Amino acid sequence: MLDDHTSAVVHEPSHRLMSLATPQALVKPALLVLFLALIGYYGEWNWIADYWRLLLHGIAVTLALLVSSSIIGFVLALLLGVFQVTGPRTLAWPAQAFCTIIRGTPLLLQLWMLYFGLGAVFAQYPEIRSSFVWPYLREAWPYALAALVFSFAGYVGEVMRGAFAGVPKGELEAARAFGMSRRKMFLRIWLPRAVQRVLPVLTGEVILQLKSTPLVATVTMTDVFAVVAKVRQDTYLTYEPLILLALIYVVLTAILARLLRLCEARVTGN
Amino acid sequence: MFDISLLSLTPPGWGATLLDGFANSLTLASGGYAIGLLLGTAGALGKLNGNAFFREALETYTTVVRAVPELVLILFLYYAGTDAMNRLLAALDIPAVDVGGLAAGISVIGIVQGAYSTEVLRGAILAVPYGQIEAAKAYGMSPLRILWRITLPAMLPFAIPGLANLWLIATKDTALLAVVGFRELALATRQAAGTTKDYMLFFTTAGAMYLALTIVSSLVIKMVERRVTRRLAVAHA
Repeated sequence: MLDDHTSAVVHEPSHRLMSLATPQALVKPALLVLFLALIGYYGEWNWIADYWRLLLHGIAVTLALLVSSSIIGFVLALLLGVFQVTGPRTLAWPAQAFCTIIRGTPLLLQLWMLYFGLGAVFAQYPEIRSSFVWPYLREAWPYALAALVFSFAGYVGEVMRGAFAGVPKGELEAARAFGMSRRKMFLRIWLPRAVQRVLPVLTGEVILQLKSTPLVATVTMTDVFAVVAKVRQDTYLTYEPLILLALIYVVLTAILARLLRLCEARVTGN
Repeated sequence: MFDISLLSLTPPGWGATLLDGFANSLTLASGGYAIGLLLGTAGALGKLNGNAFFREALETYTTVVRAVPELVLILFLYYAGTDAMNRLLAALDIPAVDVGGLAAGISVIGIVQGAYSTEVLRGAILAVPYGQIEAAKAYGMSPLRILWRITLPAMLPFAIPGLANLWLIATKDTALLAVVGFRELALATRQAAGTTKDYMLFFTTAGAMYLALTIVSSLVIKMVERRVTRRLAVAHA
């Protein structure tokens, strides 16, 4: 409990409230409020009444993609990391090649390759067209999710390779000396210690992943970016929809960063 | 499986289109990176030495750019940026200019990169032992001379890994300009693939081109890194 408390204090400086009371510290919030008031007053905002449902739906799609791709991608990244550190060469080499290719090419290209390329290849085979997965393969989301999963796995796999390799040998030897099975050693010592060491990097990757999600709008998914693109087309407004979109992402990033920091404090506190 | 002749450089083949797109990507990346470095240097010095107003403005710039997806920033700067500029010119009674796609694209990548390199360079400058700058002051060097002769060369080893990473990000961010219709490698590839229906061939080829650029860049970066840090035992610690 005490640990929890101290780590919370480190992240949330106690002088914050006091400094908010000084006149200089009020300048920034005041400017922000002034900025919002100005764009609110001079901008054209009545389209929000027609589009707020779509916008909320778009935000939900964005968040669903973020959460699912991060979780599946992380599991895949664990495999990629373990394979590269202790796997036989037949597994280590493909894992390394996968990470290099994913990190060396733009996500947009990967996404298009899966959606247009793989989609066209699938369509050529009658076996696939008549199978039960075809209704799903005709939609965009499996390809968008796959691209986001692979991208996350590629970047995090590289991080986990370093993390697994960086766990002190002595700890693993101690686990072995306790008579732990390989499985138990991995789940109790190697994995938790590796994750703990790179936790700030991992949370950073999740935030980067949020910023990758709007790419899925280019393959017809209606995330929040796509909704705003539609608003732009329907209303011919240049500034307002994009300002709202930027604000939405800033708020999402801030909330996500706060949540991840709480998780970090919990994990390192224990 | 693949009809390789589609990649030939003469018209039935799309090789020339791809190479043209690749050249555009390279121009975008290097131009944007250079502008980013200039903005970053100015930003880092401003954050470290500027007055309160300047520091706050720079803080807002780096925070917003790093919190908003690159794709949104590109859309914003590409459309709203050019529109705002022309309105400003109109207000000053200067006829509107048609900013070409390339110039707009380079500025967009540059502004995004500038925010990230501000942070990289600020960290690197802070890592320079203050005694070295004090020594330069004791010699009576002017501030500009200290910057040029001491601070910038001394911070370079600390900045290289971050700056190298930014270059790799810049090369991949160029692909996002495909979304605003600028024909760099990704869009050229999509057009070629869409016309010939040979999607896998073209996307694989473009992927190989990007990958080659990344690998060659990494090799060059390693060489530069070795050169810059050769007299610096501390950087390896």
